[in-house]
Amino acid sequence: MSGTMQFDLVSPERSLASGQASSILIPGADGDMVAMPDHAPVVTGLRPGIVAAEIDGGMQEFVVTGGFAQITMAGATVLADEALPKAEATSAFLDGHIAAAQESQDGSTGATADEAAKRVADLEALKGIL
Amino acid sequence: MPSLKDLKTRIDSVKSTRKITQAMQMVAAAKLRRAEEAASAARPYAERFDAVLAGLAAGIGEDGPKLLKGTGSDQTWLLVVMTSERGLCGGFNSSIVRLAKAQAKKLLDDGKTVKILTVGKKGREQLRREYVDHFVGHVDLTEVKRVGYANAQDIASDVLGRFDAGEFDVAMIYFNKFESVISQVPQELQIIPAKIEASEDATVFDYEPGDDEILAELLPRGVATQVFAALLENGASEQGARMSAMDSATRNAGEMIDKLTIQFNRTRQAVITNELIEIISGAEAL
Repeated sequence: MSGTMQFDLVSPERSLASGQASSILIPGADGDMVAMPDHAPVVTGLRPGIVAAEIDGGMQEFVVTGGFAQITMAGATVLADEALPKAEATSAFLDGHIAAAQESQDGSTGATADEAAKRVADLEALKGIL
Repeated sequence: MPSLKDLKTRIDSVKSTRKITQAMQMVAAAKLRRAEEAASAARPYAERFDAVLAGLAAGIGEDGPKLLKGTGSDQTWLLVVMTSERGLCGGFNSSIVRLAKAQAKKLLDDGKTVKILTVGKKGREQLRREYVDHFVGHVDLTEVKRVGYANAQDIASDVLGRFDAGEFDVAMIYFNKFESVISQVPQELQIIPAKIEASEDATVFDYEPGDDEILAELLPRGVATQVFAALLENGASEQGARMSAMDSATRNAGEMIDKLTIQFNRTRQAVITNELIEIISGAEAL
């Protein structure tokens, strides 16, 4: 595989990264995936995790709390609900999200509670990595 | 005729008013720059979001989710009227309210039910007289220094909660679009059911988990994104409107000071002339 693809990481409040990447690791809702040039077109949800893009030979890592990503042959766009460069993310930042997810888990039942429980687990795992 | 002392006080008071409006104009200019930056920083997300949604919606048949296809009725309307928390910004709030009122009147004439959710207290004050019975809620952003996506999410989840509870069929938002410092255009935008232009792009995407799940995730986010964009446009418009309002207030104060100063000088001369006449007539009488 050679070449690069356009990579954009945007959150509602700002655009965090944009450039030519050779590979992008995306924490998909159904599992991690790596997008490389000429990837089949996919739209996937995101779980809380780390988006890592190899731009100009350097690795750039970002913490995302959810959202979704669109991958086409020519590029990948990650639309995060909230995103931060990994260096700036603190466990205090995640604690707020964990508390909110925990609250929605406690306040719901059935499938919604299961989803919230998964979110709590994902966030806890992410906190472990930081 | 006012005395010299009165005129002096008037002039001083107008001068201090001018100082205040000048300061407010400068503050608004600084805030405007920040608001514009925030609005342009949010644009890439909104654009890409729309693109993804357009691709997704193109593949949805007749029986899509309610947020996209509507409830099948258009009896009850929710008007979300977004205005500012502070005044002294020219016609900014009135123009939004006027547009919302026109729509409310049209709907009521058609026999529809109208519900109004206000964001920002200025619009609420203006709508209260005629439409107080239609108020269903209010979002207070007085304490919010800088509007963030979280604020938009709160408003969106409020609206979505009402939609899920079957409180309304169609939702519109009202806000000002920022064109320039002197021009802000009031807008109405339908957010529920979502109006999506199907894309021309024929790329077939795989959806993970499934397209229904993704769509169910995306549509509520779409509402929040639109509300957020509207909040930011409104923020920039408010500062722009305030800037031009304060600019003309400053100019008016300047004109008033000139006028009062001329009056002051004339009065002073009249007083001197009077005194001279009195002295001369006194001397002649001797």
